[in-house]
Amino acid sequence: MSTILIIEQILNGLQSGIMLFLMAAGLTLIFGVMGLINLAHGSLYMIGAFAAASVAGLTGSFALALIAAMAAAALAGVLVEIIVIRRLYATDHLDQVLATFALILIFSEGTRWAFGSFPLFLDIPNYLSGPVTLPGGIQYPLYRLVLICVGLLVAIGLGLLITRTRIGIQIRAGENDREMIAALGVDISKLYTLVFALGAALAGLAGALVGAIQSVQVGMGEPVLILAFVVIVIGGIGSIKGALIGSLLVGLTDTLGGVFLPQLFKLFMEPSAAQTSGSALASMAIYVLMGAILIWRPTGLFGARA
Amino acid sequence: MMRERYLNGLVLVLLFAVPLWALINDQPFTITLATRAAIFALAAVGLNIALGLGGLVSLGHAVFFGIGGYAMGILAYHAQTYTPVMEIPFVIDGTKSMPVIWLVAMVTSGLAALLIGLLSLRTTGVYFIMITLAFGQMFYFFSISWIAYGGEDGLSIYIRNDFPGLNTLVPINFFAICFTILCLVLFINGLVARSPFGLALNAARQAPQRVQTVGLDPQRLKLAAFVLSGVITGLAGALFADLNRFVSPTMFSWQTSGEIMIFVILGGTARLCGPVVGAVVFVMLEHALGGLSEYWQIYLGALLLLVVLFARGGLVGLIAGRGVAHD
Repeated sequence: MSTILIIEQILNGLQSGIMLFLMAAGLTLIFGVMGLINLAHGSLYMIGAFAAASVAGLTGSFALALIAAMAAAALAGVLVEIIVIRRLYATDHLDQVLATFALILIFSEGTRWAFGSFPLFLDIPNYLSGPVTLPGGIQYPLYRLVLICVGLLVAIGLGLLITRTRIGIQIRAGENDREMIAALGVDISKLYTLVFALGAALAGLAGALVGAIQSVQVGMGEPVLILAFVVIVIGGIGSIKGALIGSLLVGLTDTLGGVFLPQLFKLFMEPSAAQTSGSALASMAIYVLMGAILIWRPTGLFGARA
Repeated sequence: MMRERYLNGLVLVLLFAVPLWALINDQPFTITLATRAAIFALAAVGLNIALGLGGLVSLGHAVFFGIGGYAMGILAYHAQTYTPVMEIPFVIDGTKSMPVIWLVAMVTSGLAALLIGLLSLRTTGVYFIMITLAFGQMFYFFSISWIAYGGEDGLSIYIRNDFPGLNTLVPINFFAICFTILCLVLFINGLVARSPFGLALNAARQAPQRVQTVGLDPQRLKLAAFVLSGVITGLAGALFADLNRFVSPTMFSWQTSGEIMIFVILGGTARLCGPVVGAVVFVMLEHALGGLSEYWQIYLGALLLLVVLFARGGLVGLIAGRGVAHD
């Protein structure tokens, strides 16, 4: 077990964690401000990836593809918010779960109908591909480093947006007391649509960025969605800071667990058994983490005390 | 209330009459469809006890469905390969006997429900939905990496298990078994809902503080409901595995949890026969739309959306009116 391998895996964990953050930030904002559980958030991620793959295929430009991904996801988000989601704010969580589950069916099958069942491919542009050498002689793919940086930049931008701007004040006020800010003259329904579009655009961006290292296919959003839920539950629903810390925790646990748990088990088991039980435990590790945190703190690390 | 009772009778008579008609006209596939509907209905009746009576929005009932399925799969697999399930500390042999399999399925899923309930009920609202979802995923990934029992490929059982005195390979016989169990469980469900426990549970959902004030523990009531619910869904899982003679991690997937929930909501939450109506309509749609278009789930999604937005109380509520108060 070399230091290089460990550092590489930590970087991988950071990368998958920070991409999760893009999903989780939108989910947690939407939940915090509107009190809505949006299972269809994974579909917006998928829409972003498909839009990026199509535009990249047509124009060959990765930058345009990213813009298209955010625009398409935001547009889909706004449409869905106006047609369906708006009617769900006042209802209980059960109805929200069901209605957004229905949206997943519609989006997934609609995409399958439009694009077919075969995965699309989105290539990493030339100027971002290939390895770079980090201090200490570690070779690491440039694109993954870029993902980490983009994610961190978005996290900082989002933090500034929430704490420093007028919109941010309105969003925070909306989390605390929606009737009061409506009484103060803020158009609450426009604010909700805006927050939903923002969350959708972030999901679309994540879908496009990750789509370039995985394949773009129907159903790609749901595994990420569930991880993002784990993240916001760990971090505390409604908290951006919680989403960031939760994402990194989940990303690191998932990646490091997959590599090191089998190794750890080899210390006291025969290799094949260690491989099996180690990877079995690793695939469950984040859920165990989530269970443990919820038992310790039933409203997550940074959630409002009930 | 009266209309709902007639409707319940009508639904069960229909569910029984269709396979009989299919038997006379020699259409075994229709009997299989009806069996599928009856088993789904049973799983949903289980969820309805947690969801409708207890107000527990569990998005992880696939755990119990899957445990039931794997209980059948593992026992039958060992019986067909003539190997013991375990030897240490004592020998347990596999079995092909349905009643034994059912008992094992119910006990193991009940234990799982007890454990999951103990942990999950510490949380409420969205956190409860998410933690049950997470437990579902935990079992899903575990079953995928459990190579000894097929891992991702699942387990195939060559011959359907035995029930004393019946040839279970005849479709109508297996349907009769499933239908009888469904009716029995519905009867028990009706009794439970009107029992002191059911009334207290109903109250614990609507006003937990008041229930606590009169000296009952709402958490305990909810836990009991969750366990009962898990036991029933587990039994349905064992039957489902027997119907397909196959178990796979899909039974644990969160789509399965979502579908079981769809049966309940489509039919009507907290209605005795709501889950039956939901499951029957789902299987009919799956069959009819699946024949029309490869993308039938779009229509299912649209229908579901309409029910959630415009027909709160589900299909039974639409026909029978708002009989029971549910928040």
